[in-house]
Amino acid sequence: MIEPQLGRIVSSWHAGAFGVANSKRLSGGASQETWSFDIMHPDGLAGAILRRAPQGYGAAPTRAAGLAAEAKLMQLAFEAGVPSPRVLYVLRPEDDLGTGFIMERVEGETIARKILRDAKFARARPKLARQLGEVLAGLHRLPLSKLPELRSRSATQEIGEFERDYRSLNWPKPVFELALRWLRDHDPGPSAETTLVHGDFRNGNLIIGADGVRAVLDWELAHLGDPMEDLGWVCVNSWRFGEIDKPVGGFGTREELFAGYEAAGRRVDPVRVKFWEVMGTLRWGIMCGGMMQRFREGPDHSMERAMIGRRASETEIDLLRLLAPRGS
Amino acid sequence: MQDEPTPIELTKAVADFLRNDITPLISGHQAFKLRVAINILDLVTRQLTQEEGCDAKEVERLRAQLGMDGSVADLNRALADRIAKGEIDLATPGLAEHLWATTMDKLAVDQPNYASYKRELGRGG
Repeated sequence: MIEPQLGRIVSSWHAGAFGVANSKRLSGGASQETWSFDIMHPDGLAGAILRRAPQGYGAAPTRAAGLAAEAKLMQLAFEAGVPSPRVLYVLRPEDDLGTGFIMERVEGETIARKILRDAKFARARPKLARQLGEVLAGLHRLPLSKLPELRSRSATQEIGEFERDYRSLNWPKPVFELALRWLRDHDPGPSAETTLVHGDFRNGNLIIGADGVRAVLDWELAHLGDPMEDLGWVCVNSWRFGEIDKPVGGFGTREELFAGYEAAGRRVDPVRVKFWEVMGTLRWGIMCGGMMQRFREGPDHSMERAMIGRRASETEIDLLRLLAPRGS
Repeated sequence: MQDEPTPIELTKAVADFLRNDITPLISGHQAFKLRVAINILDLVTRQLTQEEGCDAKEVERLRAQLGMDGSVADLNRALADRIAKGEIDLATPGLAEHLWATTMDKLAVDQPNYASYKRELGRGG
C-alpha cells in the first residue's frame, strides 16, 4: 500500500492536510504505476494522482524522458496555459515511494471510445479537432530554454531507429519494408524549426470534459524535434477508434486541426504531417512487435500484451491504405 | 491422425462456456481480463479455421512473385529482403495485389471488426 507513505508527506505540499484515502491503482505496467487518491483536509477531499516507478524500476527505457522530466514538462505546460494538471510534489528518495510525482486529479474521461460515443461529449466532439490544433500550438511554443534535458531526433534519425527496432524483432514483414523504403524516399530532411514534441499526443492520452480538452497526459515520450510529428501522430488511424473518416482522433478533419494550429499563430506543413502519419503508423506497428517480444520473453506474460502483438496487422492495412490505396 | 473433436471444436466449446456461463459471474478488472481471454480463443478458432487455406494461396502468390520455392515463412523473408534492397516495389506487377490479399487474410483472423478492414472488404475483399 502507498497510503502510509503518502500520509506522512501530504502536509508538506498541501497545507493543513492530515492524511490520504481511497487510493487505487489505475494502470501501467510493472515499471510505471499510476495511482488515484484523495487528500484529506478539514475543508474536504481533494483528488490527486501519483505517477511513479517503484524502487528497483528506476531505469527508464531509452526512449522515455523519465518521470522527473515529465513532471517538469507538465508544470511548464500548466504555467503556459496548455491544459495540464498542476504538479503538486516531486518524490524524494526519503519518501520511500520510488521516483515520480504527484499532480492534481483532473476530472473527465480518457477512454477514447467513450469520448467518441457517449452523449455527454456530443457538444465537445465537433470542436475537438480544432481545439487539439490550438493545444498543440501552445505546446510547441514552450520555450526551449526552460525545458528539461530531452533527446533530440530528426526524421532521418527516427527512420534509422525504427529500422533498427524492427530488425531486432527478426519479424520479416513485407509491408513494413515497403513503409521503410517510402519513408527514406520521402524523408523531408531537417525541419526549419526544432520545438518540444509531445511524442504521444493522441485520443486516449487526453482528459476530455463536456467542454473539451481538459488535460494533456503521458509526456513520457517527449523529445525535441519537428513539431509536425505531433500533428501526424494524432491522425494515425489506430487513434481514430473506428471513426476512420475523421482523421484527427476520430473527432474531425485535418483542415480543422490545421486551422486551430494556424489561428494560434503557427504554420502547418501538410507534406511533413503526412510523412509523420506514415511514420507513426509504422511506429505503432513496431511497438506492437515490441509488445509481442516482451510477452514472449517476460516479465509481462499477460494476455493483453499478447493480443497487442496481434494488432500489428492493423498497421499493415493502414500503411497499405496510405501507400497503395485501392480505388474508391 | 488424432481423434476428434477437432481443436477448432474444442476451443470453441471453451470460449462458449466462458462467454455464456462465466461472464455473468464476474465484474471489474477480472471481467475485462475474461473478455480478453474470450477474444483470444475466438482469434485462435478463426486462425485454425482459415490458416491452411490462406497460407496455401499466399505461398502460391509468393512463388510466382519471387520465382522460388520454400515455406510461407521463408518466402516472406525473401520478399521482405527484396523490398529492402529495392529490387521489388509497388511498381512491380503483382506486388500491391499480393500485399493486399495477404493483409486482408491476416485481418480476417486478427481483427475482423477493424474499421479499415471492413471498409476494404466492402470494396470486394
